Amino acid sequence: MSTLAPQELTERVLALSRSDGCVVLAQETSSVNLRFAANTLTTNGEVRGRSLTVIATVDGAQGTASGVVSRSNVDLAQLEQLVRAAELAASAAGPAQDARPLVTPEQARAGAGAAAAEQAWAEPAQVTTSAVMADFAPALGAAFDRARADGVELFGYAEHDLATSYLASSTGLRLRHAQPAGRFELTGKSHGRDRSTYVGTATREFADVDVPGLYAQVSRRLGWMERRVELEPGRYDTVLPPTAVADLMVALYWAASARDAADGRTVFSRAGGGTRVGDTLAEVPVDLYSDPADPRVACEPFVLTTASGSASSVFDNGLPLGRTSWIADGRLSALLQTRATAEQTGLPLTPGVDNLLMVVPGASGDLDQLVAGISGQALLLTCLWYIREVDPQTMLLTGLTRDGVHVVQGGEVVGTATNFRFNESPLDLLGRVAAAGAGQPCLPREWGDYFTRTVMPALLVEGFNMSTVSPAS
Amino acid sequence: MSAAGHGVDPEFLALPLRSLADAALSRCRALGCEHADVRVVRVRTQVLRLRDGRPESSMDSEDLGLSVRVVHSGSWGFAAGVDLTSDEAARLAGQAVAMARLSHPLSTERVELAAEPVYSDVTFVSSYQVDPCTVAESDKAAVLADWSSRLLAADVVDHVDASVFVVHECTFYADLAGTTTTQQRVRLEPDVTAVAVDATGGFETMRTLAPPVGRGWEYLTDPAAGWDWDAELAELPDLLAERLRAPSVQAGRYDLVVDPTNLWLTIHESVGHATELDRALGYEANYAGTSFATFDKLGSLKYGSDLMHVTGDRTMRHGLASVGWDDEGVAAQSFDLVRDGVLVGYQLDRNMARLKGLGRSNGCAYADSAQHVPVQRMANVSLQPDPDGPASAAELIAGVEDGLFVLGDKSWSIDMQRYNFQFTGQRFFRIKAGHLAGQVKDAAYQANTTDFWGSMSVVGGPATYLPGGAFNCGKAQPGQVAAVTHGCPVARFDQVNILNTLQEGGR
Repeated sequence: MSTLAPQELTERVLALSRSDGCVVLAQETSSVNLRFAANTLTTNGEVRGRSLTVIATVDGAQGTASGVVSRSNVDLAQLEQLVRAAELAASAAGPAQDARPLVTPEQARAGAGAAAAEQAWAEPAQVTTSAVMADFAPALGAAFDRARADGVELFGYAEHDLATSYLASSTGLRLRHAQPAGRFELTGKSHGRDRSTYVGTATREFADVDVPGLYAQVSRRLGWMERRVELEPGRYDTVLPPTAVADLMVALYWAASARDAADGRTVFSRAGGGTRVGDTLAEVPVDLYSDPADPRVACEPFVLTTASGSASSVFDNGLPLGRTSWIADGRLSALLQTRATAEQTGLPLTPGVDNLLMVVPGASGDLDQLVAGISGQALLLTCLWYIREVDPQTMLLTGLTRDGVHVVQGGEVVGTATNFRFNESPLDLLGRVAAAGAGQPCLPREWGDYFTRTVMPALLVEGFNMSTVSPAS
Repeated sequence: MSAAGHGVDPEFLALPLRSLADAALSRCRALGCEHADVRVVRVRTQVLRLRDGRPESSMDSEDLGLSVRVVHSGSWGFAAGVDLTSDEAARLAGQAVAMARLSHPLSTERVELAAEPVYSDVTFVSSYQVDPCTVAESDKAAVLADWSSRLLAADVVDHVDASVFVVHECTFYADLAGTTTTQQRVRLEPDVTAVAVDATGGFETMRTLAPPVGRGWEYLTDPAAGWDWDAELAELPDLLAERLRAPSVQAGRYDLVVDPTNLWLTIHESVGHATELDRALGYEANYAGTSFATFDKLGSLKYGSDLMHVTGDRTMRHGLASVGWDDEGVAAQSFDLVRDGVLVGYQLDRNMARLKGLGRSNGCAYADSAQHVPVQRMANVSLQPDPDGPASAAELIAGVEDGLFVLGDKSWSIDMQRYNFQFTGQRFFRIKAGHLAGQVKDAAYQANTTDFWGSMSVVGGPATYLPGGAFNCGKAQPGQVAAVTHGCPVARFDQVNILNTLQEGGR
C-alpha cells in the first residue's frame, strides 16, 4: 500500500495525467472520539483515514466533460489505473454544464488565504490522537461522579478531528489547508428520565472545553424543570438560542442555490423568472454572511470540492473564498454560485463557504440577558431537532423542540412546558425578530454532523408556530 | 451465492485478509482481550446525477480500510486505519487496547457478549443479476437521459432531476472465537423528479415511487426485476399537471388509506427506530434519541390495533439490510417485534442481548465502513399483510366514505422519543363515497405513534405487499448511514389529523 506523502502522490497523478486538465485532491484525516451514556463510556475510537480524488477534464467540440474518481487506499501500482478511470469517466460523460477553465495560481492568489496555503504546501498532514483528550477525559469522569451524586444521568459525545487537504492541478495549483474541528455534547436526564436537557459546544482544540461549566448549565436547566406549565399548541413569542438559530439558518443556506432559484424551484425564485436577490427579507437589519478568515470559525479560504452539484463545481477547485454577505441589512444580497451559474444568472461569483455567521447590528448580550429583558411571557427553547422541509415554495420546515421548552415570565424562567412540533419558515421568521443578542460561536445540533462552524445570536421571534404537542422528554 | 451465481469480487479476495486478521488477533490475544474482531471493508459508491437530461454530477469512490474492535478488562476499544499491512493491523490492535484502557476508568458497565456459534470461513453474496459497478457510466447516463427526455417532452414538465446511487460493499470479518465471514452486497437507488413551474411563481414536484433495492442494474432495465419504470414515467406528467391544479386540502380529521410507498417510512420512523434496544436503553439519548417503548414495557405495551404484526428480518431476498452474518458474526435471523398489536421484541446486538438476559443476539450489528464501530442498526422491519385481507388498494378505498389516499414518501419528522410524527407524501387523493376524487395539495398527516397504529382498522392482503426502503438512515456518533427495506401492505387508519401546510406557514 502507498506510503507516499500526499504531496508526492498528487505530483505522480499529475505526471500520469493525459487529459486536457487534471485536479487532484489528497486528504489525510484523523479523528478521536468518546461516546457515553448513563454516566459510563460506551463506544470510542481513534481513526485514521485518507483519500485521493482525481478529477479529469476532457475538452470536446460540444464542451468540456469531467470525470471524478476517488479512492481511500491506493496502491502505487494502481495509481495509473485510478487516473485512467477518471479520464475514462470524463470521456464517457457528456459536456459538463458547469465546465469552466481550471483555476490558475494567479486566480487563486487573488484570495487572502492563498499565500499561506501555498507556503504550507510542503508541510506534513496534521494528526490528532487520543492525547488531545488527556485532560478532558478525567474532567468527564469527574462530571460522571458529580452527576451520580446529583441523581443525574449524562449522555453525550466528544470528537476531535484534523483534516489536511492538498489540492494540486495541471494549471499549477499547489494549495494546502489543515482544518481542525471538534465538538462536545452533553445531554442530562433526571427524575427517572422525565427531565432532559442539552448543551453542546463546537471546539477546534479541545483544550478549551469547560466540562464543569457545561455540567453546571445542565444542572441549572434540569432545575428549571421542577415546575410544569401546561400549554396548548399555538403561536408563541419564543427565544431561539444560538444553536436553534444556527440550525434554521444553515437550512436556509443550503437551500440558497442560485441555479435552483433561477430555475424557479426555490423560495428564492422570483415569480416570472430570475432570483429574489435584492429583496428585503427582514425588517430587522439582519446580516448573514460567511468569512473563512474569522478566527472563531476559520475554514478553507479556497474552493475544495469533489463533486459538482447545483451550487458546486469541481472545475472551481482553488477559487479564492472571502467574506461573503448572503443577507445584508435584511436584504437578500447573494446566492450560492459556481462560475457557470454566476454567468447564467448575471450575479456576482459567490461560492459557498464552510461557515455561517449572523449579526444583528447594535444587538448585544448573551442568552441570559435576552431572557432578562423580556417583560411579558415567552418560551425559551433548548434546541431543535429532526428538521425537514415540508414545502420548498415557502421553505416551510417542520421539526421538534428537543430537551425542554421553558416558560419565561417577566424576565425569568418560571417553569417548563412540553416539547412541541413546529412548522415554520426561516425566511418568514426573519421578518418577526423582536430582539436579538450578540453573535456567539455555537454548535448547530441538527446539522452538527455536517456543519459545525457557526456564529449566531439568540433571537426573540414573535408568534413561533408550535403546531402540535410532543410528549417526548 | 446469489441467484446469478456471483462470487465475492476476486480483487477483494486478493487482499491479505487472513494475514491481517492473524496479525491483529494474535496481538489482541497476547494483550489479554476477552473478545476481538477484525473487519476489512471495501465500499464502492457511484453517484450519477442528470439535470434536465445533462450531466450534473458524477462520482465514483471507494473506501477501503481495516479496523480492530476489542473487549479488554470489560471495556470496548476501537481503532481503524487504511494501510492493509500486518504491521498496521498489529498497531491497530494495540491502539484498540489502549482505547479500552483509556475508557476503563470511565466505564461502570462491564461489556460481555451473548454467545454465538462459530462459523468458520463462510460466504454470503446478495441476490442480483448485473453488478451495477460493471455497467459503463455512459450506459448508466443513457438510461437516465432517456427517462429525462420522456418527461421533458411533456408540456407541464419544466425540469427533471434523474439520479442513480449505487453501492457495492465487501466485508471480511474474523474474531478471536474463530468465526470468519466474507460477504458482498449490492444495492441501488434510482430517483426521478419532475418539476413544473407556473408563471405566478408557484411550482410543484413529483417523484417516482420506485424504492431503493438490493438488486443489480436489471432493476432499471427489466420490468420483471421489481419495477415497471416505463409505466411509472408515462403517468408522471399527468399526475403532476393534476397536482398543479389541485385544491389545497382542508385541515381536519380523515380516514387515511396509506399505500406501501408511503407507509414504509412511517414504519421505519415509528416502529423500526422505536424498537431498537439501544435507543430504549438510552445509548442514543444524545443523538438519534430514545424510545417511548421502554424495556419495562416489553410484552405489555399496546403498540397498535390487534391487526398489527411487525417483524424484524435480515434474511429477505433483495432486502437492503439483509446479510448472511452481522458485523459481530451473528447469523441473520427473522423475529417478531410487534405481535397482535403488542410489543414483543427488540432489535439487538450481542452486548445488549447479554446485558438484558435475552439469550442470543438477533443479529442487528452493523458498521457502515471500516472506520466506524458496529452498533445496533435496523433490520428490515416490515408490517405483515393480513392473510385474509383485501387484495387491492381499491378494495380498501371502497370502504372509505370521506378520506385521503396517500402514496409516496416526501417530508418526514419524528420526535426524540418517537411519539409525535408528521409526514407528507408525493400524492394525496381525496376519497369520497368509496372512490378517488382527484388530488389535493398541501397535506401532511400528523399523529402520535400508538394512536396512529391503534387506529389501523384494515390491513391489506399479501397481494398488496410491497417493499419500500431507505438508503440514508442515520444513527450513532460518529454518524453512520445504513440502508434498510420495509415491506408492508396497503392499510387503513381511521380519523387521522391532517394539516394544511400553507396554513401551518401562516398563509
